[in-house]
Amino acid sequence: MTVTGYLQANTLYLSLAGEMDECSSREARARCDRLIDENLSAKRIVINLSDVAFMDSTGIGFLIGRYKKAAKMNIPVFIQKPNFAADKILNLSGIYSLIPKAE
Amino acid sequence: MTKNYLKLQFYSYPRNQAFARDAVAAFCVELNPSLSDLSDVKTAVSEAVTNCTVHAYRDTAGLVTVECEIEDNKLHIKVSDSGQGIEDVEKAVQPFYTSQPSDERSGMGFTIMQTFMDEFSVNSVKGEGTVVYMSKCFKPEVENA
Repeated sequence: MTVTGYLQANTLYLSLAGEMDECSSREARARCDRLIDENLSAKRIVINLSDVAFMDSTGIGFLIGRYKKAAKMNIPVFIQKPNFAADKILNLSGIYSLIPKAE
Repeated sequence: MTKNYLKLQFYSYPRNQAFARDAVAAFCVELNPSLSDLSDVKTAVSEAVTNCTVHAYRDTAGLVTVECEIEDNKLHIKVSDSGQGIEDVEKAVQPFYTSQPSDERSGMGFTIMQTFMDEFSVNSVKGEGTVVYMSKCFKPEVENA
C-alpha cells in the first residue's frame, strides 16, 4: 500500500493506493501520521481512497485512528471516492457520521 | 451437480492474508460470480484469516486451514485454527467489540462476515482453536441471447 500526500489551499490530501489489510496497514498508518505531523497548518484532511483496490475492516480501524489523531488538533477529516466495495464496508460501520464523504 | 474442493494450509503470517483471499477468489471464478459477490467473499475470508493472525495466534505463528467447497451454485468456506480460542463467542460477534482496543481494531470482522455471506457460524474451544463456517449462494448466470 502506498500513501502520497500534498497540501493545497489549506487541505491536506492523503491518497492511498493498493490493498488495505492488517498486513499493509501498519506502514500506511506510520506514513499518514508523519504526513499529518508535517502539515499541521492544514485546516482539513481529505483521505482519497479511489486507488484502494481492496479493503477489509482494517480500513475502518485505520480511518478512525487518523480521525482521532486529527481531532486532537481540531482538524476535520473527510473520505473521498471509496470504490463500491470499500463504500459498503464504510457504510456498514457507520463511519460516515464521524468522517463524512467529500466530493 | 458441480462439485469442487480446495484446501489451503499456511502459517498465520500477515503477508499470507492477501494470498488466502486471492486464492479463494480464484477458486470461485468457475461460479461466474459478479464483482460484488466476489468482493464480498474476499473481504469475509480476509476477516476470518486476519482473526487467526491477530487473535488466535497472537504474538506467535500457527497453521491456518481454509477449506472451500463448491456445490452447484453454493460456496462453502471453513477457516480453522488451533490457536487460543474465543472465551465468549456471543460477545466476540457483537459489532464493534474488540479484545484489543489499543490496536485500532474496529471490532467489525465478524459483523462483516455475517453481513457479506449468507450463512455464518463460529465454533470455538478455549485453548484448542476456532472454526468459522460461511457460505454464499451465487446467483445463476444471466443467459445472454
